[in-house]
Amino acid sequence: MKQLLRLRGAAALPVGESAEAQRGRLKLNLRLKIGLTILAFFAIASFTLPFFTDVDPAQQGTYLKNLPISWKHPLGTNTQGQSIFWYLVFAVRNSLALGITVAICISFISTMVGLSAGYIGGWYERLVMLLIDSVITIPVLPILIILSALVRGKTSFFLVGLIIVCFGWAWGARTVRSLALSLREREFVNMARFSGANTFQIITREIFPYVYAYMVVNFINTILFAINTEAALAVLGLSKVEVPTLGSILFWALNYNALFIGQRTWVIAPIVASVLLFLGLFLTSTGYNDLFAARRGRA
Amino acid sequence: MGLLQYIGQRLLTYVAVLFIGISITFFLPRLMPNDPIDGYIAQIQSRAGQTLTPEAAAEIRATLTELYGLEGSLFTQYLNYLRRVVFGFDFGPSFSAFPRPVSELIMLALPWTLGLLLTTTVISWLLGNLIGLLAGYYHNRRFATALEVLGVLIYPIPYYILALTLILLLAYTWKLFPLSTTIRPAPLSLAQIGSILYNSALPALTLVIAGFGWNILSMKSLSVATKEEPFVTFARLKGTSDRTRMFSYVFRNALLPQVTALALSLGTIFNGALLTEMLFSYPGLGLLMRTAVGNGDYNMLYGTITMTIFAVATAALVIDLIYPLFDPRIRYR
Repeated sequence: MKQLLRLRGAAALPVGESAEAQRGRLKLNLRLKIGLTILAFFAIASFTLPFFTDVDPAQQGTYLKNLPISWKHPLGTNTQGQSIFWYLVFAVRNSLALGITVAICISFISTMVGLSAGYIGGWYERLVMLLIDSVITIPVLPILIILSALVRGKTSFFLVGLIIVCFGWAWGARTVRSLALSLREREFVNMARFSGANTFQIITREIFPYVYAYMVVNFINTILFAINTEAALAVLGLSKVEVPTLGSILFWALNYNALFIGQRTWVIAPIVASVLLFLGLFLTSTGYNDLFAARRGRA
Repeated sequence: MGLLQYIGQRLLTYVAVLFIGISITFFLPRLMPNDPIDGYIAQIQSRAGQTLTPEAAAEIRATLTELYGLEGSLFTQYLNYLRRVVFGFDFGPSFSAFPRPVSELIMLALPWTLGLLLTTTVISWLLGNLIGLLAGYYHNRRFATALEVLGVLIYPIPYYILALTLILLLAYTWKLFPLSTTIRPAPLSLAQIGSILYNSALPALTLVIAGFGWNILSMKSLSVATKEEPFVTFARLKGTSDRTRMFSYVFRNALLPQVTALALSLGTIFNGALLTEMLFSYPGLGLLMRTAVGNGDYNMLYGTITMTIFAVATAALVIDLIYPLFDPRIRYR
């Protein structure tokens, strides 16, 4: 959610046309390069590597316990007899998959809600805005905690994702609505209306192409938000901790007091992986934002 | 007249947010397939070694139903709940600390959370904005780029990673701070204040760093944009000093969107504070919430969550109401 806020701030800024701004742009495109490189590395590694092993990483006692770092176990094994490296690979894959799925759902919902509110207007808009403002103000984590506490034991990975979707759509909807508001008054929209296009056609064919650039940036930010939220719940043991994710690996490490028994890699490896992944997502989203801003400036 | 309208509208939104928040905490758990009372009885059964008779179980069920306020139809329950929460801030007794009322335990924890949260939010907001201002005002110097890179590196790191990294570095590797909070209850003395500060240092540091990155980045881009405005050029031609322009011209104006952003991100900040408290066992609302989850203490969960929504909505309202002090030009729509 914080990410979406940042985006709003960035999108609202005027683009200066000085030489410095141009240099800034080039620097930011460096951001995009670094971000995409990190993301590509994580995506390719985590989605292909699982084909090269037939071991279930979450299975306990697959290997001897507490083995040091070696060729066979690049990050050693943990107290549960799991290979930390393979657990991490599956964790990154599951977190990414959850993030992308949730982001697709959230993007769809927030675009539909935001576009319809901005375009239809009237009491419908006022009602939707009140709902959006409430959902934004209400802290999500406590509600997620109570829901997870209630379904604990019977929870599934899918349900956790669904809960995140329910409380994650509001920021995007707010942004899309303000975009739609400014687009509603444009000439070409009136033109389409006079030519006999209905509301649905205007939204999908006339307004959507303008909103698309923001949606890409929003989409990446939402992936970050979803991975983050699931991991935060998992660290507290409130997600489906049997499924390896970036949060559940930390949950087990903390649960077995990994630091006190000298299992440093068990804690440090997921921290490093998460920071890199988040950095990659963040750099990609701000890099894209800038790329689109530059393109808009030229047009 | 315009001002009154602005305040009125804002109050209306405030009431609506509270109403929707309280309604969500009421209805969502009841839409869940699980029945907390079943959970309790199963828990008691397993502790009693399955010796509970069906009659005794039914009796417990009736008592629990009453204590939870689960009698009558969903609608009467809802009205009762609203009445109790709005007029008495009454969530019934806590189940793990029976029979102490939930509201009493919340009031004990609240000063800790508010103290930690207010201090860290003010520090990180001011410090982040000042660093962002420096980075933005001197944006073609080398140190400005370094400050921006710092912001980019810190910003995407989530609270729990930050908390764990600080524990790993400052409490485990270099034993500067305690691993988790251990504040003994004692009368207020210099030593006690010292102990509180010593124990709060790491959670506070986590919250300050987490809020830092975003403030640096957004203030930086805002002040770069403001610096190009004609009135700043005019001030330069008038012969004002660099410092006057930086603080009185750029900072004053770039601050306004930052105030709005602070109001909007309060929910996120509160989320982070709760999470940080849980990870450091800091005796605030977050820890209450965590122990409530562990014990299945649902009254306590509803109480803490309602309190959080109330706190965040009120803080947002206060910021919105004092906003005209920062920006006298505000148009009361």
